[in-house]
Amino acid sequence: MSREPAQRHTAEKIAQPPARVTVTSPRTRAARARRVSIASEIDAQSRLGEVYVDSLMRSQLRLSLVVLGALAFTLGLVPLVLHLVPAVGRIVVLGVPVPWVILTVVAFIEIVLLGVFYVRRAERNEAAFSDLLDNR
Amino acid sequence: MSTAASVVAVVAVALASLLVGAFGLRVSRTMSDFYVASRVVGPVLNASAISGEYLSAASFLGVAGLILARGVDMLWLPVGWTAGYLLLLVFVAAPLRRSGAYTLPDFAQLRVESTQARHVASLLVVAIGMLYLIPQFQGAGLTLRTLTGAPLWVGQVVVAVIVVLNVLPGGMRSVTLVQAFHYWLKLAALLTPIFFLVGITMTGGAPAAISRLDAVDWAEPLTGDYALYLTYSLVVATFLGTMGLPHVVVRFYTNPDGRAARRTTLVVLGLLGAFYLLPVTYGILGRMLASDLVTSGRTDSVVLELPGRIFSGVLGDLLTALIAAGAFAAFLSTSMGLVVSVAGVLSQDVLRRRTELGHGVSAFRLATLIAVGLALVLTFVSARLPVAHAVELAFAVAASTFCPMLVLGIWWRRLTAAGVIAGLAVGGSLSMSAVLATMIGIDADGVLGAILTQPAAVTVPAAFATMIGASIATRHRQPAHVAQTMVRLHAPEHLILNRGPFNPAGNDEQRADRVTAHR
Repeated sequence: MSREPAQRHTAEKIAQPPARVTVTSPRTRAARARRVSIASEIDAQSRLGEVYVDSLMRSQLRLSLVVLGALAFTLGLVPLVLHLVPAVGRIVVLGVPVPWVILTVVAFIEIVLLGVFYVRRAERNEAAFSDLLDNR
Repeated sequence: MSTAASVVAVVAVALASLLVGAFGLRVSRTMSDFYVASRVVGPVLNASAISGEYLSAASFLGVAGLILARGVDMLWLPVGWTAGYLLLLVFVAAPLRRSGAYTLPDFAQLRVESTQARHVASLLVVAIGMLYLIPQFQGAGLTLRTLTGAPLWVGQVVVAVIVVLNVLPGGMRSVTLVQAFHYWLKLAALLTPIFFLVGITMTGGAPAAISRLDAVDWAEPLTGDYALYLTYSLVVATFLGTMGLPHVVVRFYTNPDGRAARRTTLVVLGLLGAFYLLPVTYGILGRMLASDLVTSGRTDSVVLELPGRIFSGVLGDLLTALIAAGAFAAFLSTSMGLVVSVAGVLSQDVLRRRTELGHGVSAFRLATLIAVGLALVLTFVSARLPVAHAVELAFAVAASTFCPMLVLGIWWRRLTAAGVIAGLAVGGSLSMSAVLATMIGIDADGVLGAILTQPAAVTVPAAFATMIGASIATRHRQPAHVAQTMVRLHAPEHLILNRGPFNPAGNDEQRADRVTAHR
């Protein structure tokens, strides 16, 4: 399977006219040479390339930890608060005890909203990384 | 009772699944064209399939039963199973899709470049898969017994046979459409009777006496012994266990790229949140209308019995039949996902290594039979384990093993093969011994008993600590391509970068299979 496309490729090559040569101004060429160099720094596993990848990883991990922290300091504290201050568990809202409201409606809304927040921010981080590689 | 209508409904669901399974290849081909053509429908359809596979017997029957029996503390189960997908989203969804790994052993091999780590991961996939299959089969036996009075083993064998017939011809090919259909069937099956049940309760027309909901140990949280520990341990197991379930990982492969994996997971959060309100409602309604199930110890069947108790005649029969159909969809879609992932690992890492079975397909079929047969035997042996609790334990094992492997593997460069193996061994053996103690029926008192019931709060930190400690101790043995692997996991796909030479060993046939299935 891997051989077939290669054969076809050479066959096409024979039939085609000579390869085209790109004619560009020195300015564009300079820009392109630098663009290649960041990607190639990463490909070469140089210290500089690792710094770029690390910056992406760190921004994404920070975002993930923010979401985890938000979940831990709201939902995660619910059992502890109910344990330390049992009176909270007996508060009634619209005829329903507070723990039931939190664990049926509030929790699911919070989870979905945190998810929306995360996806937006994570895509923004990736776009920033892509711009870094494309523009310089 | 409504035997005839329910049996017809169960047979219809089985036949529908079989038909689509038989034409699996053709269906999945048109399906994938559909994906590529329409980016808007893609994530929703894929998320339906993920949710359809994820919502198992425990969600469909078990949650309502536990809430009926034990009240507010059990609300953490549906919350945790949904929050588990949120943590999967923020820590693993996109990098896991970008890794190109099809199974958890694939990921272990990609990240730490060790076949030994791969084998340990394979062993754990089989263990978790079995632990999760047992309650599916048990649920099927329970359902058929409740509906028709047949012995437990009848339903268990029926589901096993349907799963085998479904998986054998279709093989590894995607059954996305079936599982997406199963999600909406399950939602409709629980939602429709609720309208009737809530309506008749509100208008006061219920034939049964309505019990009050003010029992203190039911309505108020944290009333039992060690309740705080048990609740937090359940939270740890469910929040962190979802990302380590073998059948969940396989499903992520159907996303076209890492960005789509995230968006799909977001839709999954919405679909799960919408679904989980329903079993909670059944638990509360059950407490009001059928509280005798608690004293007779049959809380697991509350969802099945409730409509038939309240409505007599054709309406009761039809509603019960609808729920029976939904329940069987739950057993089938989860069991199929589990069997496919367990059989994939068995055929790849055990059968083809030890036997002369050269062709991927025949090894995979043999592995399917072995996996289902083993699960069936284990189901017969462990008949006393409550359905939802077996699933809780499976989450605890997943959280104590694959969760640290994935989180550290994706976010920490210094993870080593020795660290992974040590962490999986410690987390796996600690959590599995709690499982075995529960299965054998060891009733320990005090703190030890609480830990054996909900081991995650102890075993998850132990696994993380071991994995980190052993990696630091062996820090001179870094995987050779770790830099490229990190690029592969985190860089968006459209960037042209060197992502390393990863190709899971002996995976070629399955890979070709996947290409035909997903393109």
